Amino acid sequence: MSVSHSISDARRSIPSWDELVRVLTLEEYNTRVVVLGVMALGTAAGLVGTFLLLRKRALTADALSHATLPGIAIAFMVMVSFGGDGKTLVGLLLGAFVFGCVGVLAILGIRHTTRLKDDAAIGIVLSVLFGLGLCLLRIATELPNGSAAGLSGFIFGKAASMVASDAMTMGMVALGTAIVTAVLRKEWTLLCFDEKFGEVQGWPVLWLDVVLMVLVATVTVIALQSVGLVLAVAMLIIPAASARYWTTKITSMLIASALIGCMSGWLGAVGSALIPRMPTGPVIVLICGFWFVFSFIVGPNEGLLIRQVSRVRLNRRIALQHILRSMWEVCEDNNKSEFALESIVHVRSWNKRTVLKLLRYCAKKNYVTSLPTNAWRLTEKGKAEASRVVRNHRLWEVYLITYADIAPTHVDRDADMIEHVLGRDLVQKLEALLDSKTIPLSPHPIGASE
Amino acid sequence: MMWSEIDTWIIVIGALCAAGCAIPGTILVLRRMSLMGDAISHTVLPGIAIAFLVTGSRDPMAMLIGAVVVGLLTAFLVQAIQSLGKVEVGASMGIVFTVLFAFGLVLMRQAVDHVDIDPDCVLYGSIELAWFDQDPDGLGIPRGAIVNGVMLLANLIVMLLFYKEFKITSFDPALAKSQGIHPSFMHYLLMTMTAATAVAAFETVGSILVVAMFIVPPATAYLLTNRYGMMFILAIGLSILAAALGHVSAITVPTWFGFSGTSTAGAMAVATGFLFICAWVASPSQGVLAKLWHRASMRLRVIREDILGVLWRLEERGQQQLDALQLSEAIGATRWMVLVALRGLQKKDSIAREDAHWSLTERGRIRATKLVRAHRLWEIYLDKHFPQDSHQLHQSAERLEHVTTPSMYSSLGDAKEDPHGSRVPGDE
Repeated sequence: MSVSHSISDARRSIPSWDELVRVLTLEEYNTRVVVLGVMALGTAAGLVGTFLLLRKRALTADALSHATLPGIAIAFMVMVSFGGDGKTLVGLLLGAFVFGCVGVLAILGIRHTTRLKDDAAIGIVLSVLFGLGLCLLRIATELPNGSAAGLSGFIFGKAASMVASDAMTMGMVALGTAIVTAVLRKEWTLLCFDEKFGEVQGWPVLWLDVVLMVLVATVTVIALQSVGLVLAVAMLIIPAASARYWTTKITSMLIASALIGCMSGWLGAVGSALIPRMPTGPVIVLICGFWFVFSFIVGPNEGLLIRQVSRVRLNRRIALQHILRSMWEVCEDNNKSEFALESIVHVRSWNKRTVLKLLRYCAKKNYVTSLPTNAWRLTEKGKAEASRVVRNHRLWEVYLITYADIAPTHVDRDADMIEHVLGRDLVQKLEALLDSKTIPLSPHPIGASE
Repeated sequence: MMWSEIDTWIIVIGALCAAGCAIPGTILVLRRMSLMGDAISHTVLPGIAIAFLVTGSRDPMAMLIGAVVVGLLTAFLVQAIQSLGKVEVGASMGIVFTVLFAFGLVLMRQAVDHVDIDPDCVLYGSIELAWFDQDPDGLGIPRGAIVNGVMLLANLIVMLLFYKEFKITSFDPALAKSQGIHPSFMHYLLMTMTAATAVAAFETVGSILVVAMFIVPPATAYLLTNRYGMMFILAIGLSILAAALGHVSAITVPTWFGFSGTSTAGAMAVATGFLFICAWVASPSQGVLAKLWHRASMRLRVIREDILGVLWRLEERGQQQLDALQLSEAIGATRWMVLVALRGLQKKDSIAREDAHWSLTERGRIRATKLVRAHRLWEIYLDKHFPQDSHQLHQSAERLEHVTTPSMYSSLGDAKEDPHGSRVPGDE
């Protein structure tokens, strides 16, 4: 029994070109139904999920989706006992919806009447109701007329069982969700960012919240068939969480989230149709996960790369200003216009290599020139920039000494940090306050004397 | 109901597993990280699948290592996405565990011909069949019992070794740091415990019951006690009780309705929920009933004192005494509550009845005098320090008279006349 064997099995049946075209152009009826349905679902989930995420209710939705299981089982049993075949989708989803709402209410009840926090309330509702669902499902299989065999398909999703009317339902829900979201966009935004303000302004905050959760429950319920209840929450939160890395505006976040949801649905459904033994739900979730990682790294808003780049830039700017000030102060101290490398190294806690690297960088920016005598000199441009930094530093030091009663020996450190962020307005204010037009003398000895 | 050795073993295995889960679960609940238990018990699946694909066998040690590694990875990723990606912790958990779980499902489906664990088994476990899974030299003890027993023992040892450290890091991470205990070390130790427990338990009882056992008994214990050590003991006790109750009801309750039985793992989860509801309703300190009772007895005391006050004022003005209905109108309480309050006062011999009308006894008069005195002294005090119109003054004093302690009387002074011009009684 070799494991690599099983994987190469799957690889061997890579789809032919014809197959690929047929699936991508949705020629096959089954694929078409699944792909369109799942795309509608992704769009709806992306829209509602945005507000769910901003409202910090991500895991409430997880509990909600787990809580639907007993609803499905009970709906099945009720329908069978009334003589139906028990598999009517609308009936099952109605049961799921009711129990999803029961789950949310139970979470609120536990949170408000005990000292347990949200996390425990969610965990309790999720696991107990899911356990109840498993018990009821097992009982349902014993019902005399009606077969409960397909019911457990709701747990992990069974997209293959979707028919045209299911896709239609999904499309309708997506449309409804889009309309409600468009209508309530402003109100929900308020709810997410400043609930108390909304309350004071007289908005029906409670009802807005209820409508949001009802919509979440609806989307979760239509996700059961394709993605399954264990993973339904992923469709709601991952597209929204990814969208956040691309924008800070709510409208564009909604659009981005819906797009990501829709694309993930499409790619997932197509992918699972093409590659054998790829369950649709998990593949969609994996593709959502891929979008998240991608956005997390390259997204322009708080993305990993962009933050790293701006941090590196900031650090470089700070280092540059430090060395400019050191050079200026060494020159001032020695009353010379040139200086040796070693004299700079002693000023701060840095080593020769760092200083040399920084000096080269300065030379590139035309701030210093290296002299043949193994010494360096500030250029005119360098002098101008350095004196600006030194001035900021000393203005702040004098300000601290004069107005904050801090000892001259202690101001260097504070000024060292603030010199890089003193803007023009602030400098003007300091000038006016301290009545100083020139560069003040340093109030303390320069260099790492201790 | 046919009881057999198998049933006994099912309960033993369930109890061992549940008690093992209750230990890390208690710490998780105290740290408000319950859902980390949920997330980790989901990500056990990819761990097992990867271990299987790498080693090609169902070696339990490989699976344990695989699951613990992926469990720790889950904890790490949740933290990383939360802090680096600025995502709220719940959402970060949701993202990590759903993606990893989906990954696990895909892996399993890919290796479906060679793996004899299927996704359904992940959810339900196979506790009903656990008895049949015995090692030849296992002395008739099922493998599930050994695995879960060892896990329980290991958890107990870790918990006892780091008892104080877990306590300090859970309640005051800053203090812990200053004492030289690394909160992040304790965090990952807890995560390791959680992942190991989840993988040991999940084969027997399935991932959902693991979640229930992690969270529900400790949460129940949290409603019953305020003590750290006691919470562990209660959580372990409750989880064992839930295991027994769960299996018994799984094989009995459905038979009442003509079915043969139901999922034991599911029923154990429901049993933990049942115990939770019991504690929620009836916990002596935190329960809904206790709170209702406390509120009702407060309300009754206030009504009793109001009745005394009303009767005293009628006496003062020499007016006719009232019956129960008139009293309830005068006080603004329901007639039923007033009747209960009257009964209480009568028992204490504070009031007496003359053909449906109530009047104060000597004893009642002393208490009533004190109350009216408090009321009028408060009115004087409030008028002096917080001037307001006379109706408001009365309302405020009405509330304060019920909470006036003896030491307050002396601070309220000894004026003789209140702002409405009535005499302040009871100084003689």
